[in-house]
Amino acid sequence: MCLAVPGRVLDIEDRGGTRMATVDFGGVVKEVCLEYLPDLEVGEYAIVHVGFALQRLDEESARRTLELFEDLGMLQEEFGDPWEAADGMTASGMTASEITAGGVAEGERLVHEDVVGEGHR
Amino acid sequence: MKYIDEFQDPGLARRLLDEIHATVTRPWALMEVCGGQTHSIIRHGIDQLLPKQVELIHGPGCPVCVTPLEVIDKALEIASRPGVIFCSFGDMLRVPGTGRDLFQVRGQGGDVRVVYSPLDALRIAEQNPEREVVFFGIGFETTAPPNAMTVHQARKRGIRNFSLLVSHVRVPPAIEAIMRSPECRVQGFLAAGHVCSVMGTAEYPELAARYRVPIVVTGFEPLDILEGVRRTVLQLERGEHAVDNAYPRAVRAEGNPAAKAMLDEVFEVTDRAWRGIGVIPDSGWRLSERYRDHDAEIRFSVEGIDTREPAACRSGEVLQGLLKPHECEAFGTLCTPRSPLGATMVSSEGACAAYYLYRRLDLGSARRQGQASSAPGAPSAPFPADASANVPPLEGSSVV
Repeated sequence: MCLAVPGRVLDIEDRGGTRMATVDFGGVVKEVCLEYLPDLEVGEYAIVHVGFALQRLDEESARRTLELFEDLGMLQEEFGDPWEAADGMTASGMTASEITAGGVAEGERLVHEDVVGEGHR
Repeated sequence: MKYIDEFQDPGLARRLLDEIHATVTRPWALMEVCGGQTHSIIRHGIDQLLPKQVELIHGPGCPVCVTPLEVIDKALEIASRPGVIFCSFGDMLRVPGTGRDLFQVRGQGGDVRVVYSPLDALRIAEQNPEREVVFFGIGFETTAPPNAMTVHQARKRGIRNFSLLVSHVRVPPAIEAIMRSPECRVQGFLAAGHVCSVMGTAEYPELAARYRVPIVVTGFEPLDILEGVRRTVLQLERGEHAVDNAYPRAVRAEGNPAAKAMLDEVFEVTDRAWRGIGVIPDSGWRLSERYRDHDAEIRFSVEGIDTREPAACRSGEVLQGLLKPHECEAFGTLCTPRSPLGATMVSSEGACAAYYLYRRLDLGSARRQGQASSAPGAPSAPFPADASANVPPLEGSSVV
């Protein structure tokens, strides 16, 4: 709900007196209202929440955030099929929030002991 | 579940953690206000990477969780009416009202539609002039400006068959309510980054000064949260209580002036009930007099609906940081994401759901050793067999 996702402005047009843009969120393209950031330009990034651009973001941090959200499956939650999610059960037998959680990733993990040296105990 | 390789920059994460560990000399209790941050903290095990003296208390900043039961019941009632198209964000579908949810209303023939943006609901109203279209307007200061703009557009374009069921809430009065509670243990706050990207930081210095708590505006990514914690702990150790912005790439002191102006135009401040907590003065918005004819509560005469929480659900204590999710007797037994007693188990931003998803096995072993549960006679396995089948094992390691 409060997830706000960085997106890149592809195109801007005036629609019936409202400034609207097509915005790319790491491959997902959505219509976004620019009324709260009227001077945003094509090619710039902004934080977008429920179809509204709320604040500018620099390109590097926007890209990093998008990559992270992609890895965590958070874009799926924001732009995925809400009915499938609400149905509670999916093909993989996981609940919506379990999908959002991305299950538990594979592979080697650094655990707490690797991070915090003995000196901190 | 305490990994650091998921962090975008494990080296920086390690440095931040080292600094926090080196700074802390005594116990501190910090509250992260935002549910998105709670989710991130539990998912990444940030609370377990921090020094034992730093406790993170999970705050009430999950809009789905704090929407009062009676508002959910009003939504269900309106959505069940013939001729209505009821539009909502997806995360409200499974929130239990009295005896059912929006998903079930749809199954019983209600026209419930999920939209990405409130403007989508307005478009549906435009395309269906013979139907009443209602949008479920819940959320904090981040979500309120989009909803305000949508009602403003409806008015401007003369779309009369569009109305808003409003239950918006504001963060600063909630911080105040938490600080005024006699049971309050919070000594510092991580303020919600995206709320501040709209509202700016002007509302916080007064709170920081009055209650002598540092308030640090914090982002959502693991590194952002570590930096927020680091700055809060640093202030606490120095005896300071200032407002600090640890999320400057998205938050400016003035916020978004255009969004704030629209909030003032369309909404007015009102007392608001928070699910599980009760009424907090001046903590919400309702449509202002000028826009009252777009108020769904009035249009559908559902003001009279008044319902109570199930007694078994202790989400109110969880939302106020008085109880950790796994300390509730119903956690993982009577109450799971598949059959939630309260909203904190439904929403992915709810603390109960976050603990259920990421901590079950840890908590299970802790409970079996009698460490984690304050509930006498709590079951030894805090989750039903049906739900454990598809959950991969967690990397357990004892809480340090």
